Amino acid sequence: MRYIEEFRDGKLAAKLEQDLVREAARLARAITLMEVCGTHTMSIYRHGLRSMFPENVKMVSGPGCPVCVTPVGYVDMAIELARTPGVIITTFGDMMRVPGTSSALQKERGAGKDVRVVYTALDALTVAANNKNNEVVFLGVGFETTAPSIASTIIMAKKLGITNFSVLCAHKVMPEPMEALTSGQLKLDGYMCPAHVSAIIGEEGYRPIAGKYGVPCVITGFEPLDILRGVIMLVRQVADGRAEVENEYNRVVLPEGNRKAQAILADVFVKSSAVWRGLGPIPDSGLAIAPKYEAYDAAKKFGIVEPPSRENPACVCGEILKGLKGPQDCPLFGKACVPENPIGACMVSSEGTCAAHYRYGAGALAHA
Amino acid sequence: MRDKFILLGHGSGGQMTGELLSKVVMPAIYDGGPPPDMDDATPATLPHNKICFTTDSYVVDPFIFPGGDIGDLAINGTINDLAMAGAEPLFISLAFILEEGLSMDGFKSVLGSIRKASSQAGVQIACGDTKVVPRGKGDKIFINTSGVGAAREGLVVHSRNAAPGDVVIINGTIGDHGIAVMSQREGMRFESPVVSDTAALHTLVSDIIDAGVEIHVMRDPTRGGLATVAVEIAEAAGVSIRLDERAMPISKSVAGACEILGLDPMYVANEGKMILIAPERDAEKALKVMRSHRLGQDAAIIGRVLERGQPKVTVTSSVGGVRMIGKLPGELLPRIC
Amino acid sequence: MCVAVPMKVIEVDDVNCVAEIDGVRKTICVMTLDDVKPGDYVMAHAGFAIAKVDPATADETLRLMREIVESEERDR
Repeated sequence: MRYIEEFRDGKLAAKLEQDLVREAARLARAITLMEVCGTHTMSIYRHGLRSMFPENVKMVSGPGCPVCVTPVGYVDMAIELARTPGVIITTFGDMMRVPGTSSALQKERGAGKDVRVVYTALDALTVAANNKNNEVVFLGVGFETTAPSIASTIIMAKKLGITNFSVLCAHKVMPEPMEALTSGQLKLDGYMCPAHVSAIIGEEGYRPIAGKYGVPCVITGFEPLDILRGVIMLVRQVADGRAEVENEYNRVVLPEGNRKAQAILADVFVKSSAVWRGLGPIPDSGLAIAPKYEAYDAAKKFGIVEPPSRENPACVCGEILKGLKGPQDCPLFGKACVPENPIGACMVSSEGTCAAHYRYGAGALAHA
Repeated sequence: MRDKFILLGHGSGGQMTGELLSKVVMPAIYDGGPPPDMDDATPATLPHNKICFTTDSYVVDPFIFPGGDIGDLAINGTINDLAMAGAEPLFISLAFILEEGLSMDGFKSVLGSIRKASSQAGVQIACGDTKVVPRGKGDKIFINTSGVGAAREGLVVHSRNAAPGDVVIINGTIGDHGIAVMSQREGMRFESPVVSDTAALHTLVSDIIDAGVEIHVMRDPTRGGLATVAVEIAEAAGVSIRLDERAMPISKSVAGACEILGLDPMYVANEGKMILIAPERDAEKALKVMRSHRLGQDAAIIGRVLERGQPKVTVTSSVGGVRMIGKLPGELLPRIC
Repeated sequence: MCVAVPMKVIEVDDVNCVAEIDGVRKTICVMTLDDVKPGDYVMAHAGFAIAKVDPATADETLRLMREIVESEERDR
């Protein structure tokens, strides 16, 4: 596995761990860094990296898992469509277990609704081409990494004249919530910026966070050596008193990002306000389908609107996503809210802060 | 038999059923040898009166996949369940639930695999049943089996016997079966050289027993993969287990496919793998005997049983970090975003 | 989460390419990336190529890390 295995080398990791300890010793106080992206959270967990971070460098998980932050109201809309006769729902596997108000897609499939897991949005288009008498709806979730693929699929559908295909769009963008978090009550010492979102958007989007708010940003790859390097670069910035946008993942991320994908996004989508599970509405943090492609907008096609998401008032996911509280501070944790029946965002994904805490205890989060 | 497809009448219990059995099923499975008694039950003689008894049902989509089909899966799976208890497999029952419209050729090739797998393993298909359900009420072919094996005197193998100081050994690469099947699924399709590892493990087990290895635990990590079985063993024995990812045998292609699908190979199904837990002093002996068997050439020590107490399984990653693992939480779904 | 895998491009036609990782081949759409050629390594996400891997930069990153480790081993 070229460009994967080399970046999982144990000997180099041990060296980086030493470097990290040395850099962290320069810090005047304990610091808190946030990995914004769920794939970083997953990789940190999978490679056991938390056990390699020094005591005075705390990593908290941010709102970067598109599945976790998808609001209840969106899932309810998807379920409503799944229950509409003649509709086939197509989705990434990630969405199957996400709970709505009273059901989840997995349960709907069990109840006989036609819900299909696909690998790519193009597979959903194939389903549409093969089922002309059905309406095929694809659940468009994901950040800038994923959104270009759904935008391209919409362009392709138009080109091929496939009319029984539409997208229930809940795409989100990353820099806006990061800025919203930074300008709020949250005290963060640095952001580990998402690898593949950055491959699309480049470095520019993070400048206000570093410039205006003085929070260091390091675009970091998802392999373990990348993450260790990213943490070292963040610690260095804090210790030096710098706040810049740096790019650890320069073998993939260009400063200007992927211009072609950006153009596709600008063609198909317009920025819109979006609701984040646990964080609430954030202006300009979502992507809506542009009027020119509205024939492919499932919400318009079926005349449905996203119901206001009524989150359980006792749920403290918002605070947990901001790194202000821990799972044990939530009255629902481990009681009403468990991995088999999650209530809040942090329990939804298996790498969510609460799900990990529930399964593996506090040890999974601190030094295992 | 001129029918190209399974029809409802083939399960009616009447003439068509009789023809399906006498012209398709029996010749395929017994290959000219004497078929078992066609009455309601088969008399069987056991070597002694302590037996192991197991049952399993097989549903797999697609039912023919690279490296095998649902037929050898059913026979090998049942043999392995017996073998993991240290029993010598003797008899297997075979019940089909066929969906109307199943292609006769597909059915025949499954029957061929059953014959091959059972005759290679030296187990007898002692009895069977065939039912047909209307189109849409099944998924082409389901197989239910039961297996009877002769228990070995004095051998007690159970997950609760895992003890501190034991080593965890696996007989070869992980994840092959799950990836082979997934590569054929609609909406997932990819080209890969990965084939299912479906195999009967009883002769490998016999070799291990005959070599005098003190066996504490034997388990076959099928659905749920290595991770789930490891956690089950830790829970049954009340011990902590440390696995080492760097020591786990895995083919490059399985690793590559898992990267594409966002899967952890430790959760992907195997159909010809066994976990052996034995005292460290027997580790070299066990490895040697496994590596000299066709099904154990890549055998490796992948972990250790640490101490008694809170059951848990931790894994040392490729970069030396440590994480805790749990059972597969639900359906194994590919993840993208 | 945004899982993406570096895959080697084997052949390109129109909007698709066949890409490979360790013998596993998959058709990947290249609509979202300019100028994809056989031999390139692309990051494949949800069936689409979203970026290229720059081999020179990757090698340089690894070289720097390895050099430090090796020089320390020599010093020991």
